[in-house]
Formats: sequence, structure tokens, C-alpha cells
Amino acid sequence: MLAYVIRRIFVGVAMLLAMSLVTFTLFFASPVDPAQYACGKNCSPVQREQARKALGYPSRGEGVWESNIKGPAEMWGTFAKGIVKGRQFPADEELRKAAPENVVDCAAPCFGYSTYSIRTVNEMVGEALPVTFSIALAAVILWIFFGVLIGVLAAVTKGSFLDRGIVGTSLFLYAFPSFFIGTFLLTYISIKWSLYPLPSYTSIADGGVGTWASNLLLPAVTLAMLYMAGYVRMTRAFVLESQAEDYVRTARAKGLATRKVLFKHALRAALTPLVTMAGLDFASVLGGAIITESIFNFNGLGKLAVSANTNYDLPVLIGIVLIAGAFVITANIIVDILYAFIDPRVRVG
Amino acid sequence: MTTTVSNLESEGLPDPTGHPDEMDRGKVEGKSPTRLAIERFRKDRLSMVSFIIVALYILGGILAPFLVKFGLLDPTSYHQDLLNEFTLPEGPLGGISWKHPLGVEPGTGRDVMSRVWLGTTLSLTIALIASLLAMAIGTVLGIIAGFTGGLTDGVIGRLIDLTLSFPSTLMLLALSAPMYALLTKNFHVPEGDLAWATYVVVFLAIFGWPPIARLIRGQVLSIREREFVHAATLFGASRFRMYFKEILPNLWAPLLVSFTLLLPAYISAEAALSYLGVSIKPPTPTLGNVLRDSLNYAEFDFVYFFSPAFAIALIVVCFNLLGDGLRDALDPKSNR
Repeated sequence: MLAYVIRRIFVGVAMLLAMSLVTFTLFFASPVDPAQYACGKNCSPVQREQARKALGYPSRGEGVWESNIKGPAEMWGTFAKGIVKGRQFPADEELRKAAPENVVDCAAPCFGYSTYSIRTVNEMVGEALPVTFSIALAAVILWIFFGVLIGVLAAVTKGSFLDRGIVGTSLFLYAFPSFFIGTFLLTYISIKWSLYPLPSYTSIADGGVGTWASNLLLPAVTLAMLYMAGYVRMTRAFVLESQAEDYVRTARAKGLATRKVLFKHALRAALTPLVTMAGLDFASVLGGAIITESIFNFNGLGKLAVSANTNYDLPVLIGIVLIAGAFVITANIIVDILYAFIDPRVRVG
Repeated sequence: MTTTVSNLESEGLPDPTGHPDEMDRGKVEGKSPTRLAIERFRKDRLSMVSFIIVALYILGGILAPFLVKFGLLDPTSYHQDLLNEFTLPEGPLGGISWKHPLGVEPGTGRDVMSRVWLGTTLSLTIALIASLLAMAIGTVLGIIAGFTGGLTDGVIGRLIDLTLSFPSTLMLLALSAPMYALLTKNFHVPEGDLAWATYVVVFLAIFGWPPIARLIRGQVLSIREREFVHAATLFGASRFRMYFKEILPNLWAPLLVSFTLLLPAYISAEAALSYLGVSIKPPTPTLGNVLRDSLNYAEFDFVYFFSPAFAIALIVVCFNLLGDGLRDALDPKSNR
């Protein structure tokens, strides 16, 4: 078992390294000079050179930006070193001696420094992550609860009008673009009809659990719509499948109440794959619910990514992409290890 | 009981349950699996309805550019005279009239139906090409992985894992600036709509092929052990022949099903990307950017806000139902 866990973690770390290398290659193989964006529109070659130095990108002569294979590899090396050891922006020993207040220290694991916002990426991500985490948590609770409940309801009434209606409605809600649903909830439910107060993120520390949760409802509903249809269909399929199993028939034959058979036996088997899928989906939402956060103006990772993209704030973009990837990879490792605990056959394969 | 029947069916043997009115006495007619699948599909009313709607969308999509050319659809000209002093359309429901069946756009007075209709053409085209590209990459890699096995299979498997661990929407957003520059400067794609469409198509496919490859690999693993493949090996068939002449023709059913399920996913994805501003830009309409433009008037002009969203939802639902129906018809053993 331990060998399997170690092997799985090792593969995960290798995957993360490969992913970051690919990301760097993609971002730096382009003719866009990130230093150009970092120092704004009217930028002299000298200023651009300073911006490049501040960002920690290698210089190839004043005002020259070269996209080649060596560039990304070199920058990836510096980045990886920053993750392990921390970095300084700008990495300039002389400036550090002369004016230490102009050098920003970024302790390990350092994801970079945004010259646009004059802050380290770690700080920006650290502020955005709780918001995204809250939305993701609220959404995952909603979509699992309602997805499973509605799915079971559809399975129990299989073939009836209700079943068809449920499956059809959930498919239709999934098919509407989430930015339509979000805008609808915001402009109609909140603004026009004033049925629900306009949501704005309030942390637990600021407003207590109640305010925190009530502000999350509309964004979470928007996000949950996108995922719920899948869970309804999956729960329905699993419950129908397990109802044909021998152990469910046995439970029924020994005279258990229908509800007990359903929730204690039939649904039990479906729960493992459902929770697995929810875990992986949760991890992918943690990387930023881009559209939901933009619509409701919640300053989470997704919104941060959108504004970083508008300003072409490359260190922030790379940081968010890698953090999001790390979430997905970690969730995969956790799920695999849990599976290996449950099912010994996995360990061998 | 049902499984034995369907096994016989899939072997191409006559249907033992029989349809007496279709059989001449003494002459038993065999039905091909394809014909049986078509018959099963025809009996499924929901699938047939979705099939008809999808066909209408495709027909409409093909017609739209011609209608624009002949002046029947006009997505670009302004009709300021149809707007009131708040630049909202005159009249009820966003200015619906015989000339403008879905009303006109607030602010500009452009015809909403024309924009949605032509937008459908462009969105469908992008989704179609992107899904064909993703299918092509996934199929080729899936066949190679499944047939070759060993190290190649391992490498392709890791590549699949790696691709899946990228946050795809985030990547498509973040890569837009550098990759747009790469496409226009290094690959000399003309700037504007074409370059954006190329970007969306290529990168949707790059992040979308892994599930197809996984599916095809699994199918190939079982096809690999069939007699005709062994026969072809004995005859000394080349690799290329093996992949594309022996194996590929046996994959059309899963390919067709996954194609009809991938395409609607890409219609939604294109809309989401339009919202984030990394797809074809206005004034050229796509379903996504028409909806994005309408968001500003969501409170005042519901028809304008709802039309593009409904156009997206309807085609996505119908493609999904069509895909489900095809799966049921082609693989009667699967029971969702």
C-alpha cells in the first residue's frame, strides 16, 4: 500500500513538473513580449528593460524579445527555483545593497511578482482563493444534494411523466449558458423583482456564517446548474442499475421498507463513484469559477485570471494556471489513493 | 432473454422475434445491424424530434450566408428610427414586427433574428470543425495506443493524463493573447475573425481529444483480438493499413455517438469563450457574442436577452438527445 501511495505521489509530482514546463513553453513561445505589457503603452526600451529585470526574465539586449526554446526553459528554471527557495524582485544584488526597500522579497513557494499590481502573486492568490473556495463549496453542496435527490426521484418514477420531466428540465438548465443563468438571476431575481438581496462576498470573519452563506446562494446556484444535470443522470442510472442487483432484491424480499432499501442499499453503491466525481469537479472549480465570479463580481481566482488576462499580467496568469492544475492533480492522487484503500485490485495495476 | 436476442441481432442473423408482415413465406430476409439500428432509432420519438430540429439547424446554418447575400437577412445595418429616446426598441417585446420577428437590438437597431441566425452558422461551424479535429486527434492516438500497447500506450496514456490536468477554460482564456499573436505573426493567419476562429478551434481540440482517445483505445483493445485482425497480420498488412483499413471501419458507431455529444459541448464552450472575449468579435455575430452583447440590456429587453440563449440551449439539448438516442439504437445492450 505504501509503495502504491509513494508511486502515485511521485507520478503526480512528475505530472506537475511536465505541466508547468508545457505552460511556460506555450506562454513564452509567442511573439508577445510580457515586459511590453508590464510597463504600459508608452514605454521606452530602457523602461522595458527595467520591467523585464523586475519580472526576472532574462535579457537579450535592450528592447529585444526573443521567443525560442531556450527562453522558456531558462524562465522555467528560475520559476522552479523560486518555488523551492524563494526569489527577490528584482534579483539584483547591487540594488539590494544600495536600496533594500526597493527589492521585494518573495519567500518560498514563490509564484512570481506582478509589476502591474506591484504585489507578489502569492498575496493576490491568497486573497482570491477563499472567495473561490467558498463559491465552490456552496455549489458542490447544492449540486450533490439536489442532483442526488432529483436523480433518485427520477429513478423511482422511471418511465413516468415526472421522470421524463425531471431529466428533460435538468438537461435544459444545463444547456443554457451559465452566463445567461447568472445574469438572469442577478438582473431579474435580485435587481428587477428584488426577490433576493444583491450578493456581494462577505467573509465569515466580517459577517458571520449566515451572511457569508446567504451571499453565496445565487453564484452557487449558477455554478451548480452547470454540474447538476450530470449528477441527476448519473444517480438515476446507478440507482436503476443497482435495483436489479441481488442484494437489493434480498433486502426487498426480507421485507425492508422501500425507502430503507433505496437509501441504505441501492444508493449506497452509487455513492462512491458520485463522491469521486464530485471531488474531481470540486477541484476543477477551485481553479476559478471564471464566468460565475465575473458575473457576480466576486474577486476570486477566476475574476483575477480575467483581469490579469486583460492587462496581460503574465506572472499572475501562470501562477493561477499552475495552482489550478495542482488542485486537479492533487484531487486525482487523493481519489486514486482512496480507491486503492477501498479496492485492493487497484494497487496491483 | 433480451441479451440473447440482441446478440443474434449484432451477428446479423435474422430477427428471431420476427415481423411477420415484413417476411415473405419461405423466404427469410436478413437485416443488417445498421438497418436494425435505424429501425430502433426511428421508433424512438424523442430522438426523431431532436434529429429533425438538429437537421433544421444545420439547414438553416447552411442557408444563412446565402440569405444574407440576397438581403433577406441583414445582421449589420442600423435602424435608429426603430428606437425610442432611451435607445430601446419602440413597441412591445423588443420591437417585434413582421420585418423584425425577434425585434431589433437596443442601441443600434440591428435585426436580432438575423444576428442570431447568422451567429448560429458561425457557432455551428466552429463547433463542427473543432469537434472533427478533436475526434481526429483522439481517434488516431487512441488506435495507436490500443493497437501498439507497451511503451507507446504508456506514453499516450500519460499524455492524456497531462492534457486532462490543464484547467481548459482558464488555459483558453490565458493563452488567447500570446497564441493570437503567434497565429497572426508567425503563421500568417489574417488578423480578425479568421485568426480568432482558428485559435478557438485549434485550442478547443487540443484540450478536448483525451476522452475520445480513451474511449477508442478501449474499443481497439477488444477489436485487436478479433479474427480478421489476426488474418490481416498473417497477410503482412502494413501498420497504416491495419489502423485505417482494418480497425477504423469498426469504430464508426462509438465515433458517431461521441461526435454528437462533443459537438454540443463545443457550442457551449464557444459561447463561454465569447463571453470572456476570446472568440470571434462583434460586429461578426456568433451565438456567444450576440448573447454577451444582450447582457447589458437583460433587464429592459427580455426578448433580445432570451433569443440567443434559447437558440444555444435548444441545439445543445437536441444534440445531446440525438447522441443518447444513437447510443441506444446502435448499442442495444447499453441500458442507461
